[in-house]
Amino acid sequence: MATLPAEVLARRSARRRRREAIVTHVCLIIGVLIFAFPIYLAVIGSTHSASTIGRGDVPLLPGPDAVANYAQAWGTGGGRFMGVPAGGMLINSLVMATLIAAGKIAISLTSAYAIAFFRFPLRMVFFWLIFITLMLPVEVRIIPTFQVMVSLGMTNSMQGLVVPLIASATATLLFRQFFLTIPDEYVEAAKIDGAGPLRFFVDILLPLSRTNIAALFVILFIYGWNQYLWPLLIVNDRSLETIVVGLTKMIGSGDSQNEWNVIMATAMLAMLPPVGVVLLMQRWFVKGLTETEK
Amino acid sequence: MATLTLTGVRKSFGTNPVLHGVDLDVRDGEMIVVVGASGCGKSTLLRIVAGLETATAGRVMIGDQDVTALEPADRDVAMVFQNYALYPHMSVFQNMAYGLKIRGLPKPEIIRRVDEAAALLDIGTLLERKPRQLSGGQRQRVAMGRAIVREPKLFLFDEPLSNLDAKLRVQMRAEIRRLQKRLGVTSLFVTHDQVEAMTLGDRLVVMHAGHAAQIATPMEVWERPADTYVAGFIGSPSMNFLAATLEQGGAAARLGNDLVLPFADGPRTGKAGQKLTLGIRPEHLRPQAGGLRVMIELVEPLGAESLLHGRLPDGAEMTVKLAGAVHPDGELEVMPMAEALHVFDGETGKRIEPLDQSTTR
Repeated sequence: MATLPAEVLARRSARRRRREAIVTHVCLIIGVLIFAFPIYLAVIGSTHSASTIGRGDVPLLPGPDAVANYAQAWGTGGGRFMGVPAGGMLINSLVMATLIAAGKIAISLTSAYAIAFFRFPLRMVFFWLIFITLMLPVEVRIIPTFQVMVSLGMTNSMQGLVVPLIASATATLLFRQFFLTIPDEYVEAAKIDGAGPLRFFVDILLPLSRTNIAALFVILFIYGWNQYLWPLLIVNDRSLETIVVGLTKMIGSGDSQNEWNVIMATAMLAMLPPVGVVLLMQRWFVKGLTETEK
Repeated sequence: MATLTLTGVRKSFGTNPVLHGVDLDVRDGEMIVVVGASGCGKSTLLRIVAGLETATAGRVMIGDQDVTALEPADRDVAMVFQNYALYPHMSVFQNMAYGLKIRGLPKPEIIRRVDEAAALLDIGTLLERKPRQLSGGQRQRVAMGRAIVREPKLFLFDEPLSNLDAKLRVQMRAEIRRLQKRLGVTSLFVTHDQVEAMTLGDRLVVMHAGHAAQIATPMEVWERPADTYVAGFIGSPSMNFLAATLEQGGAAARLGNDLVLPFADGPRTGKAGQKLTLGIRPEHLRPQAGGLRVMIELVEPLGAESLLHGRLPDGAEMTVKLAGAVHPDGELEVMPMAEALHVFDGETGKRIEPLDQSTTR
C-alpha cells in the first residue's frame, strides 16, 4: 500500500477522533434525555398551579407558583381531606431508612464475621439457613410477619417499621464473600500481635471493609427509603407515615381533583435525601465497587 | 530470649500425616534455618511453634515454659510473614505499634521502641506512610520492625525473602543475619532456598517428608550429608549419585563399569557385594583418563567456571564443574577425588561413615 503524506493521515485521524466523539456524545445525550425527562416534567409540574395542570396541557417551561407549591407540600401537605406535611414524612422516612441500612449492615457484618472466620458446629447449616431466606420475597412472609408484629405490640411504631426489615441475607452473603478474600496472614499476624477476635474485628476487619460498608449503605438506604408495602400495612398513625406511602395516598381515587402541583413538589422533596446519600457516599461507593484495598 | 525445645512433634491434617515426630533443641540466641522442598512440613513446623497450628502430639517448650497448649499471643513470639501481612489501613508506625498497644504498654514506651527499631532498620522517614506506598524491601523492613519492637523470646521467619527480587534478597539476607546477631534473639527461619539456608543459619534443619533428615551446621550438612536426600538437596548444582557395590573388605567401591574406587578415609563395614550409592559433587570431579566416560550434552559457561551436563554410558545423569571457560563437546573422562567421595547405603540411602570415624558422629 502506498504511504500517504503525513498531513493527510493526520487530518484523517483528527476526523476519525471527532466522529467517535460525536457518536458517543449523541448516545449519551439520548440516554440522559430518556432518564431525565420525567424528572424534568415533575420539576416543571411543581412550579405551576393546580388549575394549570388540571386543564390537561402539560407545560414544558417553569411556572410562577413554585414557592407556594413547595410551601404547601412542606407545611400542610396535599390531598383534600387528610393532608400530611411532607416535612414530617421525610423525617419518618429518613429515620426508617437510616435505621434499616445501619441495622442491616451491623447484623450482616457480625454474622458474616462468624461464618467466615470461626469454626463451630453447624456453621454451614446456619450459612445455608441465612442463604435460603434470600429466596423468600417479603410479600410471601408478610402476613406471618404482620401477625408476629401484632403479637409483639409493635404496630404503629418505628420499631414495627424497622425490625422486620433489619436482617439481610444479601448483605451477609456479600460480606462473607469479601471476608473470604482477606488473606489469612492478617488473621495470623493479629493473633501473634495478641489481638482477640473482637479487636481483630474492630481494628482490622472494619477498616478494611469500610468501602464495602459505604457501598452497601447506599444500596440499603435506598432500599429502605423505597419500602412501600410494609409501612402501608404496619402503620395507621399518620404521624408515622413515610414519604413514599404518603405520596401515593395523596393521589385520590378519582372523586376529587388531584393536586398534582403539590404531589410533584412532594415527589421532588422525596427524591432529595436518597440523592444526598448517593452524592455524600459517592467517593466511597465507587471505591467500594472498583477497588479493593489489600 | 530463650531456648526452644521440640519433642516428638507430630501433625496430621485429617488422616494425612505431615510431621512424623520432630525433635529439635535450639540454644539461646541461635539462628536455626529449616529448609526443605515444598510440602516437606517446614512451614507447618514453624506454625506449630508460633501456635497457629496445634501439634497432634509432642511438646513445644520456650525457655522453661511448656507452650504446647498456649495461644500465639501468650507465647511471646514474633513472626515475619512471606507476604509481610502489614495491615494496609495502618501507617508504618501504627503497624509496628499495634502489638505493643494491645499489650497495653504506655505510649512513651511504644514511641521509644518504634523509634529505636525504625532507626535500626533505617525506616525512620517512612513511619507516616501506608504499606502500599512502600517498596518490597521497605515492607520487608517494616515487617521486621514489627517483630523487633515486641522484643519477643523468639523470632519466626516464614520465607520472608521469597517475594523480593534477587538483588534485594541477597541484601536483606545479610541484613537479617546482622540484625539477628546484634539482637541475639533466638530465631527460626523457614526457607526453600538452600543458599539462604547455608548463609543464614547457625544450624540447619533439613526437612524431608515430615522428618528432620539432618540437623547440623551448614558446613557439616554440606560435608557429611546424613542421607542421599540431604546430599542432593544441599549444594548447587546437585550431587551426582552412582550405583556401586562394596569391595575389598569394605575398603573400596566397584562401579557399574568395573571401575574400582578406594575409600580415602577408611573402610566401611558391610558384606562384600553390598549395594552402595556413591555421591560426588560436580566440583569434585577432575578430567582424567581411565575414569568415568561422560557424554557431554550441554555446556553452561558461568565465567569463572563451566558446568558440563552429560550422561554416563548406562544413562545416569552426571554434572561436572570445571574451572575456566574451556571444554569440549563430545566425550570426557572424569575421575572423582577420592577424599570427596560420599558413601551411602544403596537401600536406605543413609550415610555410611568409615569405621574409625563412626564414633564421632
